Amino acid sequence: MADIDKVGSAEEHQAPGALVEWEQRVAGYQGEPPFVQEPERDSAIVAALKDAAIAAGIAAALFLFFIGFRTDIDFGGLELTTRWQAFAISVIAVFFGRLLFRVLFWGPRQRGGRSLAARAMASRAGTPLSERFSRHSGLFGSFALAAAVLYPVIILLAFPLKDKQFIDLGILVLTYIMLGWGLNIVVGLAGLLDLGYVAFYAVGAYSFALFAQYFEVGFWFALPVAGLLAAFWGIILGFPVLRLRGDYLAIVTLAFGEIIRVVLLNWYTFTGGPDGISGIPDPTFFGLEFARGDDNLPGLLGIKYDSAYKQAYFFYIILALAMVTNFVTMRLRRLPLGRAWEALREDEIACRSLGINTVNTKLTAFAIGAMFGGFAGSFFATRQGFISPESFTFIESALILAIVVLGGLGSQVGVVIASIVMIGGFELFRDLAEYRMLIFGLLMVIIMVWRPRGLIATRDPSAVLKERKSISADMVAQGEGH
Amino acid sequence: MAAETLTAAEPAAPHGWDLDPVLTVEHLTMRFGGLVAVDDLSFNVGRGDITALIGPNGAGKTTVFNCVTGFYKPTEGRIIMRHGKSASEDAIRRLTETGEPWSESEDGAIFLLERMPDFRICKDARVARTFQNIRLFGGMTVLENLLVAQHNVLMAASNFTIGGILNLPGFRAARQAAIDKAVYWLEHTRLLERADVPAAGLPYGAQRRLEIARAMCTEPHLLCLDEPAAGLNPRETSELNELLEYIRGEHGTSVLLIEHDMGVVMEISDHVVVLDYGEKISDGSAEHVRNDPSVIAAYLGVEDEEVEAAEAAARAAASAAAAKGRAENGPAENGKDTP
Repeated sequence: MADIDKVGSAEEHQAPGALVEWEQRVAGYQGEPPFVQEPERDSAIVAALKDAAIAAGIAAALFLFFIGFRTDIDFGGLELTTRWQAFAISVIAVFFGRLLFRVLFWGPRQRGGRSLAARAMASRAGTPLSERFSRHSGLFGSFALAAAVLYPVIILLAFPLKDKQFIDLGILVLTYIMLGWGLNIVVGLAGLLDLGYVAFYAVGAYSFALFAQYFEVGFWFALPVAGLLAAFWGIILGFPVLRLRGDYLAIVTLAFGEIIRVVLLNWYTFTGGPDGISGIPDPTFFGLEFARGDDNLPGLLGIKYDSAYKQAYFFYIILALAMVTNFVTMRLRRLPLGRAWEALREDEIACRSLGINTVNTKLTAFAIGAMFGGFAGSFFATRQGFISPESFTFIESALILAIVVLGGLGSQVGVVIASIVMIGGFELFRDLAEYRMLIFGLLMVIIMVWRPRGLIATRDPSAVLKERKSISADMVAQGEGH
Repeated sequence: MAAETLTAAEPAAPHGWDLDPVLTVEHLTMRFGGLVAVDDLSFNVGRGDITALIGPNGAGKTTVFNCVTGFYKPTEGRIIMRHGKSASEDAIRRLTETGEPWSESEDGAIFLLERMPDFRICKDARVARTFQNIRLFGGMTVLENLLVAQHNVLMAASNFTIGGILNLPGFRAARQAAIDKAVYWLEHTRLLERADVPAAGLPYGAQRRLEIARAMCTEPHLLCLDEPAAGLNPRETSELNELLEYIRGEHGTSVLLIEHDMGVVMEISDHVVVLDYGEKISDGSAEHVRNDPSVIAAYLGVEDEEVEAAEAAARAAASAAAAKGRAENGPAENGKDTP
């Protein structure tokens, strides 16, 4: 049956030269979808002005009611006032803001599918900044670690009056770095968007606080227990969200975070509800306490007690915890488990076709990410000495997620930079009161426009045969819910 | 129909694939709501054979694949995978009755794939597959793709991560062995030069080869390829043929492939199964299938008179059956109406 042979064969293209042409044509529709970008009809300036005008128009329509009119309660009903000046300023600000963005950041609009081929094409553009970063990330890491180790010493010597405040800031930044690294396992590596990460932070904190209250155990005993309990709750969260994707996953994890908080708030007899738990003990140093008195550590060493030393001790504890988190995460990435997480983020169906148990893989990601959250929570409880459900609101989850996203999903160094910038910046601008939120929001918008995949967007391969090349973010999938 | 008479007229000598099948599909039916995608399909895949599953678009080939590899649970039917020496019918019947998904004996093992979740079909029953639209881990390097495929071996070697975190010597050796195996397959798919390139950055033909290499890294007994030659140019297609011959020859892996490119099918397959509208219309050697009038009709269509003749025959048969049905069921239905 000769006719069947012809189906799909290239016999009719056998003329010399035609084969090449045919291959090119095939290659053509395997690569980019066969459309050409619509030619720009307007010059760049006209197009930018048009775009800005459209944005201003939309803003005008919205702002008319939000800003243009104002109602006040008056004797005998509502009084309507108009604020045309504020309205005009807002619309003009939108117009010029959009124009500025367009000129500075966006250039001509780019389109493109999310196919492998499109990702490959886009990658050729290259991202010099993050490549430079990832090439020197080892150097940066050692430098940052050395700086962190020396930080309390420098502060104690250089700022004897404000030392407590600065060391406290360092502790706060390190706590968020640790939380960021923990969440990075779930969101960055396994690609499961978790909006309720603070729940595990709360589980860790309350585990220690309740153990201390009811059984009078110390920090070092409670720390692993808190981690295990948080991991357990991570699995509890993991089960219902196993089959969920995208937005649904985000919503359920968000709800989970709220459920934990609401339970803590309302179970008054056990958790103390909104009153919280106070009198949580400080960690000891091999059985010795940082307190006044000759039997305690400063007394035995013959130094005058200064609460800044205790702060420094806290600093080193969280530094050690954060470094353990980092070490384990970096190791896991090079192990089959971590590689399976990343594969899961790239393509779950392909994972299953290769015999990977995706249920276990997802649950371990939730459990290990939650465990580090639990450790951090336990530390938080001992540092504060007092905890209440108010510390574990959604805004905390959002802040940790913002750190991970700004830093670049899956990037350890990115989390460090983002934490320092965000938490440090938050505290530095404390005097500016409500304006700092405005600055913070603006900063987020600018970074997301400038680097939509975060500060460090390249991926470092977990195994190398000959030459280590970082992988451009355009090729790396973001997983579920992004 | 002509096809049936022709099949019936085949010589009685059994084919190799019926004597020593690695995979047996029995009465497989897959329904999606009212749509019957695969209807009572039975065929054997011979051990060490290259078996092609062909048919026009929408014939249900990929559905069969998804049932075999566990991505769909078949509505009805039994899918038997055999390791080692051919298991007796008796052993299979006993396994079916126990309700267990698999059983092992000293001769080998039997797996009932319709009872197993998808990842176990690759892990335990050792059936690997590729996809019609390539599913690589685009953001991971070529080497990493092949290491992910060896997940279960490495996972066990790393003592479920504990030994791996401590970097024990046993795990280091297993990791080196995994890299060696990856390099072996990269050599045979001519991808060694690109081992450190992200998979999404490979050209299309190389992505297809990488997907086959990745499937082979799971050490399958049966390799299922969904249109491996789709979108390849003639040179790449002939290289694919060589690769499949090599996989079968050197590794003894049986191959089941869906293919539209008749050049590939006729050249390398030992056994061809033809589907149309979810039913098997022909089954035999490439030579047999190529001359089967029902296959030619399915692919190229038939003359109008033939269609009319066939339809008339079918109508006559249907109305006869309906009349018979009415005669049998009529009184019963009436009986139901009156209490």
